Parts: sequence; structure tokens; C-alpha cells
Amino acid sequence: MAGLRVPRDRLPAALRRLLRAAGGRRAVHLPRGEPGRTAALYVHWPYCEKRCSYCNFNKYIPRGLDEPAMRSCLTQEAQTLLRLSQVQRITSVFFGGGTPSLASPLTIATILDTISQSTHLAGDAEVTLEANPTSAGASRLAGFQAAGANRLSIGIQSLDDSELRLLGRTHTAGEALRTLEEGKKLFPGHTSVDVIFGLPGQTLASWVRALEKLLPLCDDHVSLYQLTLERGTSLFKQVHQGSLPMPEPDVVAEMYEAAREALQEAGFRQYEVSNFARNGALSTHNLSYWQGSQYIGLGPGAHGRFVPLGEGKSLREARIQTLEPDNWMKEVMAFGHGTRKQTALSEGDVLEEILALGLRTDVGISHQHWLQFSPSLTLGDVFGTSEEVKELEEQGFLILDSRGLRCSWKGLAVLDSLLPTLLNLLQESWAERTSHGTRGRSQPGLAGLDGRCPPAKDPGDG
Amino acid sequence: MFALAKWVLGLLVVRKKSCNAAAFLHLPPWRQPFPVDPTQFYRQYSTRNQKDVSMFPVENIRNFSIIAHVDHGKSTLADRLLEITGTISTTGHNKQVLDKLQVERERGITVKAQTASLFYNHEGTNYLLNLIDTPGHVDFNYEVSRSLSACQGVLLVVDANEGIQAQTVANFYLAFEAQLSIIPVINKIDLKNADAERVEKQIENMFDISKDECIRISAKLGTNVERVLQEVIEKIPPPDVSTNDPLKALVFDSTYDHFRGVIANIALFGGEIQKGHKIMSSHTKKTYEVSEVGILTPNEQPVQKLYAGQVGYLIAGMKEVTEAQIGDTLCLHKQPVEPLPGFKSAKPMVFAGMYPADKSEYNNIKSAVEKLTLNDSSVTVHRDSSLVLGAGWRLGFLGLLHMEVFNQRLEQEYNASVILTAPTVPYKAVLSSAKLIKEYRGEEITIINPSEFPDNSMVSAYLEPTVLGTIITPDEYIGKILALCQTRSAVQKDMVYIDEHRVMLKYLFPLNEIIVDFYDALKSLSSGYASFDYEDAGYQPADLIKMDILLNGNSVEELVTIVQKEKAFTVGKTMCERLKDVIPRQLFEIAIQAAIGSKIIARETVKPYRKDVLAKCYGGDISRKMKLLKRQAEGKKKLRKIGNVEVPKDAFISVLKRQPDK
Repeated sequence: MAGLRVPRDRLPAALRRLLRAAGGRRAVHLPRGEPGRTAALYVHWPYCEKRCSYCNFNKYIPRGLDEPAMRSCLTQEAQTLLRLSQVQRITSVFFGGGTPSLASPLTIATILDTISQSTHLAGDAEVTLEANPTSAGASRLAGFQAAGANRLSIGIQSLDDSELRLLGRTHTAGEALRTLEEGKKLFPGHTSVDVIFGLPGQTLASWVRALEKLLPLCDDHVSLYQLTLERGTSLFKQVHQGSLPMPEPDVVAEMYEAAREALQEAGFRQYEVSNFARNGALSTHNLSYWQGSQYIGLGPGAHGRFVPLGEGKSLREARIQTLEPDNWMKEVMAFGHGTRKQTALSEGDVLEEILALGLRTDVGISHQHWLQFSPSLTLGDVFGTSEEVKELEEQGFLILDSRGLRCSWKGLAVLDSLLPTLLNLLQESWAERTSHGTRGRSQPGLAGLDGRCPPAKDPGDG
Repeated sequence: MFALAKWVLGLLVVRKKSCNAAAFLHLPPWRQPFPVDPTQFYRQYSTRNQKDVSMFPVENIRNFSIIAHVDHGKSTLADRLLEITGTISTTGHNKQVLDKLQVERERGITVKAQTASLFYNHEGTNYLLNLIDTPGHVDFNYEVSRSLSACQGVLLVVDANEGIQAQTVANFYLAFEAQLSIIPVINKIDLKNADAERVEKQIENMFDISKDECIRISAKLGTNVERVLQEVIEKIPPPDVSTNDPLKALVFDSTYDHFRGVIANIALFGGEIQKGHKIMSSHTKKTYEVSEVGILTPNEQPVQKLYAGQVGYLIAGMKEVTEAQIGDTLCLHKQPVEPLPGFKSAKPMVFAGMYPADKSEYNNIKSAVEKLTLNDSSVTVHRDSSLVLGAGWRLGFLGLLHMEVFNQRLEQEYNASVILTAPTVPYKAVLSSAKLIKEYRGEEITIINPSEFPDNSMVSAYLEPTVLGTIITPDEYIGKILALCQTRSAVQKDMVYIDEHRVMLKYLFPLNEIIVDFYDALKSLSSGYASFDYEDAGYQPADLIKMDILLNGNSVEELVTIVQKEKAFTVGKTMCERLKDVIPRQLFEIAIQAAIGSKIIARETVKPYRKDVLAKCYGGDISRKMKLLKRQAEGKKKLRKIGNVEVPKDAFISVLKRQPDK
């Protein structure tokens, strides 16, 4: 085990984590309906070596970064928010960014220790670390493993050097593949790769070739993201000035379709719009977002969704931490946390998220899952009698059956066109139900449900 | 007779009083500079110091207009004439005094004609010169002709640089047909490229007026403007009228005053008029009691009485401008007269839908439209509503410029934001059977809304409005212009050289072909050198059909269009293409078709979405995505559904709206 190579001074913490690392893949299906209050936990490391041309996440190029101070603030905020949420168990941890592989293993270890001390962090809980090829040499990766990470998500993005330059990445395709090899050795079955498609200049043929090259080399998890041009990025500017031609929407659609088929052929299950896994290697952490579980976000700009029971509240809140690292640190030092904004979500709001996020998964929303959030208004009540839903079913986009509500293969690719219709139906029946005074459940019921599931991660994946 | 003497006596008394007024000590009354602020003026002079116009016998009166192509200097010349005669003070700030509206000054056109009485001493005689300003655009031809009918002569102003333009020709013929004396004035001789000689030759050529009769002036600098006044007195005859005839007054303009009601501008062709007279409209037969008469300087200045041959205004308790229609004849209630010829109600020729850009603005816009139409009886207003655009109006205008000016005034003066649909013209259908004629109470029906287009089986002929267009252009652009006219289904009627390099073309156009973008196209292909004007040429038989636009087989009511049969394909194709650009992709294919009856003549296809899903959706993305989805869901409720096709409001707007460059 890699843990054996961990320096002696960190051994106690590392030993604790070894047990977890050995936990391996866990069945990560739909919520298990635990009565206890659980949450997933996301940690945002806001620093990067360099700005990527496409990325609009909350990240900074550090000047004289004081890592001990950052570490201390993250741990302090962890303590505060865990106490506030009163969760009894953390189901998964995700270090995202920024580039968390630029942080020292000590920081990762310290944060995990803090979580373990504040609440229960199961030995087999998934702990993912995002890594960029250059900043993750083999020894560094081993250090992270020793610190407690048991899953690696590598931002390969492309296997073409000119594409990597276009994206403003700091590594070459060769370096990316080396990191992948190292990752697979250290985290067999738990190494994921991120790849981007729909790049300027990319063709269907070049994309298919890239996939053919990647698939034999990758481990059991692949995330495929269509490039989104985000305002304020240098890529956005170049494309809008006309200096870079984006592939036509229909071509990008074909790229997506080709990738889905290639991955299916290679034994992967598309368990979410952009995520593919084989041998059951689904990401517990990310699934918890799509299943509408509670999650706590730590670090600058991190988002959370949980019930702050510690404040005596009963409604789930959407919470955002202060964006800019220095200000965030000041706030943490002054108040114990850097939460900048908290918005209470109504039951209806939560249901809307359950619907919009749940349909991103291949299994969709099961009747049982839905009832946990909405005991008095079933999927059948909302969608069963709708002509529009019937039409969408007939057109082969949507399936509503004894299992629940889900997208077809074809429907998953156009989910955002289905959702406005479905959200309106939900809103209508919800309003009708509420106006009929059949308020089946009170707020505490929702809070109870909130306690149920795993955690989340933020706009962090650089 | 006795009564008359008494009136005169009364007036003399008043005049005496006015002569004693301190303000009039240094200047003869006709040289008094009058305050420009009408309210101030009103307070100061309304009771004590009424100006007396009885001292001007008919032979000392001249009624005239200035007519010119846009920007040839009509309003500047008017300013100078007002200054020279002391009507307004010479401050150097008098820029187009008669153009009161912002839109008039901006566009260099006169929308609302103004009138001013000038007092001028020539060779020891005091003259009353009534300058009757005319609207400066073809759309207002009818108003121009009414203004001209109150005159005995015109100043035909031509730019020494640009020479005769289309509107010069149109205006000349209006004056010529009215048998007015025409004084040609060549303006802007101070400009570097001025070529007065060339313009004089054009005038001789085109209008058969000796070049010796032309007066070369610079209205801007005042050069030779005094001579213009002298020629007005010498060449234009006084009105041939008599105060002994019964009252006969032509209404040649009207305005609405919030406090005083309708103010009608009148020219007296016989008799006299004063406060207390009971008068009658020959058109409506309604009677009124005159509460005030006066002259315009150019602001209203009350007088005791107006006499035959004079021009002024009248207030008589009329509540709406439609009660004082331009061209109507007023007479004494007890002495009806033969009305002056040529009256017609304003007839809108261009129709467009107008809708509030924001539905909550409906009431504000409604009130703005009401206020504007108070002053402009030629705009017709019918309430209308569209499934997409909501409640609005179908407005009728005299022409395209009239429509633009109206819209601009709404925006500038009332801060209203409206959606104006592409303009249409009123078509007519001649009914085919006696039964139908009985049913529709007439042989012809006018079709303003395309959805009311009657079926072929009911109709023996369709008619469309046509206009006779005049184009004047440097000859190098002739080829392009002939081609343009051909694409507009125009028939050439005439083509003459007005000098060595300039050509005048006359074409008969279907009105529909010129109302949207003809003028822009003409200007752009001639680098701005060609000018265009048109006049009504009546209705002509036309091969018209109704075209439907279908979305996946379902007709879109808002997009029904009447087209000439031979144009159907082009128009249909353009509409389909435009729609293709604005209808968002959906989950299924959308066929956009243009159809004549059951026959499809054009088709475009919007391909279905194959991928529409956010790639990344984690912590922070979730809030952002939910917000966006909820907005889309909200927006979806507002989409207009044609069959299963959802069409955003913007898509309709971009197809229905006027497209300046298409």
C-alpha cells in the first residue's frame, strides 16, 4: 500500500486513513434513506499556477501564499459549519479548485483530521482530490494518498498538445498520460479523468481519434465535458472576436453521441449527463449533488446546501462562502466561517432541484426517492396526467413508469429542453396542492430528509 | 349697411386705444415685435391692444406660400421674412421659427403647417402679407393643396447646389394647377458649389418660367430677401374677394389647445367674421358660436374682426379637431354658401399595427396616442389586438413619413416605447354578386386587415392603391434605378432630361411597393443623389392573393399577408427565411412554409435540437442553472403556441416589424 511510504511524522493520521483507502468501491446507488443526519463535504482550494483560457471558476494565482494560514482557516470553517449543520456523518469529501493538488498533503490531512474529530467520517468514505498533471508527480500523489485521499480526478482535458495550449493548460499530453499511469497505480479503480470536447478547430474525426487513444489507457471513471464558453474568459473573447471558429452545434451533438457510444462499448455506464463509470466506480460525492443530498461547502466561493440546525432553523439553505480568498480568511478568523450569503429554500424550491438534478442521472428519480422529499405529492400526481409529458414520452424523450421518472437515451442529451415544461408542471401542482390546504408535511419533515444523504462539491473543477 | 358702419366705428375706437398704448409709440403697429411666448402675449394684449386689420383693404393683402424640396431652405427663408417685417426680433437665434416640433427641426421637414401675418411697407403703402406655411412632404400633399388654395401665389424655392428635385416638381404642379403666381427663388447662392445659372436653366426647361424671373438669394445671410417681399407684392395678385359677400371661410389647418379647444386656421373668401357670430360647418352642418378671431404672428393674436381676403384663426367651441377638418368651408349659420371645391376627408393610405413594447404601458401609450391625434385628425385609430403582441391599435397614416413622424413624436414627446408592425396598404375588392353587394352594403369593400381578405369566389376584381412617382436623378444612376423600379412592378410613364445630366423619371407604382424601403433603396443606389416624390394615382386592378405562413402545417394568423400573385414566391421565401433565423430550435423538426391556399410555395426547416444539456452541474452550477431554468420555464408560459411549435414574441416582432435594410 502506498501509505507505507508516508513520512513518519504523519503516520498516525495516515494510518487512520489507510483503512478508508482500502475501502474500495462502494455501492453508490440512490439514497439509502438513512435516518441519521448526513452530508457530503466539498473543500475549495482557490489557487492555480496559471489561468486556463476557458475557466471562469473562482481561482487565483497566488502571490506569497500563506498555506498554514489557509489551512488553519479551512479547518476552522470546517469546525464551524459542521457544528452548525449538526450532521452526524460525512459521507464523502471532495477537494476541488482551483488546483487542490497544489496544496500540501499536510493541508489535506489536517482538514480530514478535523472532519473526523468533529463528526463521523467513515473509513470507507470516498475522498477525492482533483489533480492537474504537472503539479502531481508520483511522490506527491502518494503523499495525498497517505493524507487520506482515496480517489483521484485528473484534469487531462485533451491528449493533443495544440489543444492543451489553446486551453491554456500548463502540461503536455505526455505529462497527462504519465500522471494517469501514476494515478492508476496508486488509486486502482479510483482514478478519474476529465476530458473536454467541442473545442475550437476540433472535428468529429479528431475527437473520435482522441477517444480511441484515451479509452484503452483510462481507469474506471471518465468525465466528458462539452466546452462551455464562459463570459470573461480569454477563450470567450477570442471566439467572439471571430479569431477562433467553434464547431457547429450539430457537430458537437455528434461528438457527444459518438463519445456516449464509444464509452458504452468500452463497458462504461453513463450514470450522469457527463459522467461514465465501469465496475461500479461511480463517484459517490458527485451523485449526492444529483440526488439532492445535503452538502457543506468549505473555502472561498464554495456552495453548500444544508439545514443549519445549529442555528435552530428547519429549512434547507443555499449557502455561498465569500469569494476572494483574503477576505474569506479575514471573515473566518473573525467569525469562524466565511458564509457570505444564505438563502432559505422552500419545499417547492427543493423539489425543483430534485427534479432538475435527478433527471441528469440514468436512473432518474425513483418513486421512493421522490416520496422522501414529497410524501404528499407523487410523481404520478404531478406528471401522470399531463398531455405534455405524454407527448414527450411518445416522442421518446421521457419515461414515466413503475420505477419512476427518467430520461431516455435520446432525452438525456436534450434534458434542458425538457425541464422548463416539467418545472412548470411541478410548480402548478405544487401551487394547487398548497392552495387546497393539504399541507401534508411541515418543515421538520423536510429537515429530516435533509439529514439523509451525501455531500457536494463546487464550481471548482478547473 | 348700417350695421357694418357701426362695426367699423367700433373698430376705429379700438384702434385709437391701441395707438395710445405705450408699447406702440415708436413703431407703426405692423412693425411691433411681438413677444414669442403666446401666454404672455395673450395676457398683455387680449383686451386692450387688439391689432386692427381693417385698415388693410383687400388690394393691400397678399396670401402666399413657400414651397420647396426638403432642406432647400424654406423654413430659413420664412425666418428671414419674419425678421425683416419685424414679426420676430432679429436675434440671430431664429432658426426655423415656424417649425415648432422637435421632429421637424431634426428632420428638416415641416409636419404641422404654421402661418404668420407679416406687415410690410412698400413704396409708402402698408401691406398685410400672409405667409401660409405648408407641410414639407408628399404625405401631406392634401394639406399642401389646401394651404395653397388659401393663396394666390407661391415662392418656389430651389437649392442652387442641388437644383430641381422630385418634390420641387410635385410642388410646382400643385401650384400650377391651382393657377397661382409662381415666383422662383434660387436659394443658397452663398454655397461654394452653388450654380444658380444651371438651376435657372432647369427651371426654364421644366417649368417654362423665364430665367430672368428667378431671384437669387441666400436666406441664411439675408441676401436679396427684401426683394422677395417686393416681388410678392408686385407679382402676386390680391385675393379676389369681397366683404359684401356672405361669409365663406376655408379651414386650411387646425390645432388643438388644451385650454381653448380647437383653433382653426381660416382664409376668408368672402364676408367677415367676429366674436359672437353663429357659424356652420358645410361638411358636418354643426353650428358654433365664435368666441375669438385673430391673426397669427405666428402666435395667435386676437383681433376684433377678420375680413374677406385675410387669413387668421378662429375659436368657436369645437371640441375635436375632426370638427374643423382641413378643406371644410365655414359660413354663417343663417347664410349657407356653396362650399369651396376640393374638400375631402383625410384618407389614410398606410396602415400599421402599434403595440406597447411593455404591456403595462398600454394606458400611457393610449393617452399619448389620444393627445397626438387631437392635433392630427388625419391619423385614424382602431383598437386591435394580437395574440402575441397583446392589445394595441391599427393606425392609418397619410404615408410612410407621416407614420414615422407620429412614432417619433410618441417616443420623443411622450417617452413611449412601441412596436410598430410592417405597414400595409388598404386593398379593395369588387364584389361579384348582387347578394353580396347587398350584404356588404356596397359594390366594393376595403380590406385593411389581411385576415379579412375575401375569397376569390366572392370577388370579380381586386384593386390596389397606386401612386405616380417622380424620380429625379443624375443620369449615371439611371440603369440601377430602372432595374429597381422593375423589381417593384412599376410601369414607366415618362423620362425626360431636365438638363444635360439630370433625368426625371415618372413611374406608376403599386403603393405597397414603395411603403417599406423603396426610398432607402433609391437613396443608397444613387449615393443619395436621387430624389423621390409621389402622388396618389387611384386604385388599379391587381392580381392579389392571400398568403398563409404555416408552422408544421398550422397557419399563423398574425402573418397572413396579401401579395401580388407574381410576388408571392419572393415574399413567401423571405418571410420563411426570416422566421427560420428567429424561431429557436425545438425537440422536433419545424417546417416553416408559405402557402397559397393548399399549395406550398416556399419552405424552410428548423432542425431539432440534438444536444441541449448543461455539461457541468455541481455545487455552484446548480444555483445558476436553477435560476436559468426557472426563467426559461417562466418564459415558456408566455410563448405563443402554434400547434406544437412554440414561438417567442421576439420572433413575431422581428418578422412583423419594419426592416429598414431588407
